[in-house]
Amino acid sequence: MSNVLANLKYTASHEWMLLNADGTVTVGITDHAQEALGDLVFVELPEVGAHFAAEKEIAVVESVKAAADVYAPIAGTVTEVNQTAADAPESVNQDAYAAWLFKLTPDNVADLDQMLDAAAYQAVADAA
Amino acid sequence: MLKKTVLNAAHRAMNARMVDFGGWDMPVNYGSQIEEHHAVRKDCGMFDVSHMCPVDVVGPDCRPFLSRLVANDVAKLKVAGKALYAAMLNDAGGVIDDLIIYFLTDTRFRIVVNAGTADKDLAWMQAKVAEWKLDVSITQRRDGADNLAIIAVQGPNARARVWQVLPRVKAASEGLKAFFAAEVDQYFIASTGYTGEDGYEIMLPAAEAETVWNQLNAAGVAPCGLGARDTLRLEAGMNLYGQDMDEAVSPLDAGLAWTVSLNTERDFVGKAALLANGQQKQFLGLILLDKGVLRGHQKVMTAHGDGEITSGSFSPTLQQSIALARLPLGVQVGDEVEVDIRGKALKAKVSKPVFARNGKAVI
Repeated sequence: MSNVLANLKYTASHEWMLLNADGTVTVGITDHAQEALGDLVFVELPEVGAHFAAEKEIAVVESVKAAADVYAPIAGTVTEVNQTAADAPESVNQDAYAAWLFKLTPDNVADLDQMLDAAAYQAVADAA
Repeated sequence: MLKKTVLNAAHRAMNARMVDFGGWDMPVNYGSQIEEHHAVRKDCGMFDVSHMCPVDVVGPDCRPFLSRLVANDVAKLKVAGKALYAAMLNDAGGVIDDLIIYFLTDTRFRIVVNAGTADKDLAWMQAKVAEWKLDVSITQRRDGADNLAIIAVQGPNARARVWQVLPRVKAASEGLKAFFAAEVDQYFIASTGYTGEDGYEIMLPAAEAETVWNQLNAAGVAPCGLGARDTLRLEAGMNLYGQDMDEAVSPLDAGLAWTVSLNTERDFVGKAALLANGQQKQFLGLILLDKGVLRGHQKVMTAHGDGEITSGSFSPTLQQSIALARLPLGVQVGDEVEVDIRGKALKAKVSKPVFARNGKAVI
């Protein structure tokens, strides 16, 4: 059974988001996503400074089984990437909420309000 | 409605992650595909491959039938119990399926064919028996009464664990060299596999499979899913039907020339096409030098033209990405080539299409 944290926002495409005090948003893939993919062996992160529209492909995670695109949950500019996740992809399997992938400065922080809350995402994950 | 093997409930009880595998509800892993992979290379693991289809070929014309049916030559099967890997071709020389033929007696052979191709294979075999007017019966043993399950137990400790659980098969199976089989009552113990490790593939009455599966697990054999089976066979350089070859691909272009016996008078389906077309491509390995993961259908750019990856993944033994690829003639082992991964040209090295066997890297 996969884990969904109450303090995060989610997308139906299995990304999680955390709004930080400095206004940036931390993004990763959910526990459900890592479990579905299986053992991760490769993580490709975006360039710092690059701008992405919402729902654009922004990163790639690959398991032994398959490659999966990670989408920008909201429009924004990349401010930081988690090189540790790229160096040790298995860290995402170990704790998908600790092993974040990148941080964005959102174009419009109110976009976060449109995202799924934990209960809504749990329903998505249960149906998948 | 997905088809289920007789071990379906056992997989679920072991917390398998189940997937739709060509219409079959099968375990892809029981937690970690990589750990299952290492268990087979270093110790012992077991796979439910009951979705594959045993086919019994019985009758006085077994040999003339099989001699024409497949590209390898059953005349090589001289000792009872010996197995032969072969490709069954269409008239154009494309591969209908790859299969293993076990020689039991001159009037009784057993073939094991792939799950997804079983129906078309059986129809093709029946049609050829009728066309050639031979006295042979073809009986599938996967479904219905009298059906068989198949459990593959693979790894350096596989034989010992099997004997621990099934002591009565030890005498008949301990002397088996690679690619042989022995029958003990309704149990068919074959020293074949799809991992590059020692071990057995056991065909047994379906009704007894769950008990044996659980006893093997209690004896320390790790349940392994189709995910680990795929990375193990990829490292061992073994072809997967539907990815590395299919009806549009010649065995000569898929690294299967060693299974095609062209140098005798014997005629077989597809022979004329193979002789007319010759070899057009070569089947080689790739090791990715940059970071990333090689996957099927990625384009390979070489000094001799473009090729294509047919199977690719991450190799748990080598800790880097490997692939099998169909490349232009002229490419040499050791050449550096480029692979198009999401629009980026990443560097890879051409290798022989075998990466790891018997517990270690062979690259």
